[in-house]
Amino acid sequence: MSALDVIGTGDERLAPRSVARRLLGRPELGAVVGAAAVFLFFSVVADSFLRASSMGTVLYASSTIGIMAVPVALLMIGGEFDLSAGVMVTSSALVSSMFSFQMTANTWVGVGVSLLVTLALGAFNGIMLVRTKLPSFIITLGTFLMLTGLNLGLTKLISGTVATKSISDMQGFPTCRDLFASHWTVGSVDLQVTILWWLGLVVVATWVLLRTRAGNWIFAAGGNADAARAVGVPVARTKVGLYMAVAFCAWISGQHLLFSFDVVQSGEGVGNEFLYIIAAVIGGCLMTGGYGSAIGSAVGAFIFGMASKGIVYAQWNPDWFQFFLGAMLLLATLLNAWVRKRAEASK
Amino acid sequence: MITVDGNDASGTPGPSGDTPDPLVALTGVSKSYGNVRALRDVSLEVHAGEITCVLGDNGAGKSTLIKIIAGLHPHDAGGYTIEGEQVRHSSPRQALDRGIATVYQDLAVVPLMPVWRNFFLGSEPTRGRGPLRRLDVAQMRATTHQALLRMGIDLRDVDQAIGTLSGGERQCVAIARAVHFGAKVLVLDEPTAALGVKQSGMVLKYVAAARDAGLGVVLITHNPHHAYLVGDRFVLLKRGAMSGSHLKEDITLDGLTREMAGGSELDELTHELSRSRKTGTMDGDAATSDAAPATPAPAAPEPTPHADPADPETTA
Ligand SMILES: Nc1ncnc2c1ncn2[C@@H]1O[C@H](COP(=O)(O)OP(=O)(O)OP(=O)(O)O)[C@@H](O)[C@H]1O
Ligand SMILES: [Mg+2]
Repeated sequence: MSALDVIGTGDERLAPRSVARRLLGRPELGAVVGAAAVFLFFSVVADSFLRASSMGTVLYASSTIGIMAVPVALLMIGGEFDLSAGVMVTSSALVSSMFSFQMTANTWVGVGVSLLVTLALGAFNGIMLVRTKLPSFIITLGTFLMLTGLNLGLTKLISGTVATKSISDMQGFPTCRDLFASHWTVGSVDLQVTILWWLGLVVVATWVLLRTRAGNWIFAAGGNADAARAVGVPVARTKVGLYMAVAFCAWISGQHLLFSFDVVQSGEGVGNEFLYIIAAVIGGCLMTGGYGSAIGSAVGAFIFGMASKGIVYAQWNPDWFQFFLGAMLLLATLLNAWVRKRAEASK
Repeated sequence: MITVDGNDASGTPGPSGDTPDPLVALTGVSKSYGNVRALRDVSLEVHAGEITCVLGDNGAGKSTLIKIIAGLHPHDAGGYTIEGEQVRHSSPRQALDRGIATVYQDLAVVPLMPVWRNFFLGSEPTRGRGPLRRLDVAQMRATTHQALLRMGIDLRDVDQAIGTLSGGERQCVAIARAVHFGAKVLVLDEPTAALGVKQSGMVLKYVAAARDAGLGVVLITHNPHHAYLVGDRFVLLKRGAMSGSHLKEDITLDGLTREMAGGSELDELTHELSRSRKTGTMDGDAATSDAAPATPAPAAPEPTPHADPADPETTA
């Protein structure tokens, strides 16, 4: 029998791969189940949780983490970490605020300068990584510490205090606020513009991951960098690009911080990098790279938003939140390890 | 994507005599890893429509040799020409762009990625323009399925992670990929080492088909039987140095086997094996004999039985 004859007849061995098994193969499955459980849980224990206005608050909390969880998830799929992501948000806000204030420039100029500086920080992380071949954990830990010091030191040097001066009376502030920190009311629900940024980023990242060459390269760079290089994938360029994507989103988050609060505390942001990583991991990204999804990171961020606000609505001690987050993380990682074992079963 | 122009006349105004420039020629190539001299003074030629076999024991430097051809490592000394033109690759991409496709021994696949994504990795077809430029997913899936069918691999599902395929299937995906991208030179590092009889035969037949299509093939193996079946030229490596280089018409299978094992060492081995057989303590795989033993020894280094790969039952 010629092998080509088989094409039209279909393959009887295809049948066992049912819809359920296909779903099981999705990286975000565990997160979706988890999100449903968390939602049900708080619906029962906190009366005010199901109110529409509460959903606005939950979504806002989710979006502030979610905007950063998207690029952090892509980076993790590409096999790397960024521990400087949390303070980079603050750096970005500080640069924007202080540049506008010191130069008495239109705030849009500050926003533009901040974009360039933040992208340069991302490029620094990426280029250091591919040049030195040190683990990203070490390199971004270094950047994290340096940025933490720079944020505090430079702000004190320039402003005299640990916070920036108000820029709300400067030219351009209202339009900048429209873009980065506006909100509008639908019925009784207050919706922040960050939710749009977040969802937009999830859509773009999903498109890039699943439907572009760059997405294929991200999976390959994280899954087996040597193999990827051998078939001609520009692994170094892909990784630098991923760090710059993290920087770009840090810029969006930083501008939101600045234009919603007007002043920026220079010590903020420390520790947030872990929240982004947790959201990505709960969302199904493998710590070892090569597997995960942007949608999963969004579900992870949503779980974070529900838990952090749900505990408030249930009028519990917020200390429980940390415990909850830790338990979710462990569960998610166990699930992911199991998925990976299955995927590589007969290797 | 790499285009096929394997039979083009060489671009250089070289001697336009009866023998065209070889597709790939190495002359006196050496390579060290730090203070390990993995390769010294090795020469080889690859011609269009021919198979050049590189034979040698474990650690002889076979993989190092093909990594130089593939552009994964630059060579330290010697000459490397492609169609008469001196080259020095600093990345595999450059070699790929010159039409040299390589299937590595430690298979270059990303285990967690679906088969079809692996198949096109690094050379993904796209459609649309600007921000709408996207992977041509439907075509990628269909092409992968057909290219594998042509190799006799009927995959359940091209969406399954390639890590879930058997070793032989993964090898075939890698070879089918190299052939599909229209390489001029196909470099294979021990493609039959992990395969069963039938799959070995299929791979060799596919290699021969690539040769007949006008490709130059470099086949690395430590199985002289497989090499002699399809090879036109044989280069023997021993501890990093070239211990022999023959055309097919100048050597017999016996000669090749003997030379590979190293004449006197082989005599000793024959002697030892015949003694142990008498005492019945060891069921030796008579590597000296052309005929396959009834039962392969458990400790045989070569997992592939020496069956005739030209099995009439498996028609491509
Ligand atoms: N990256 C490396 N660094 C240092 N030494 C290496 C490296 N790669 C290979 N070698 C050494 O070079 C020598 C040749 O190795 P190579 O992989 O080319 O052998 P081979 O002929 O392919 O063997 P096998 O049949 O087992 O595949 C070996 O001694 C090996 O230890
Ligand atoms: Mg080898």
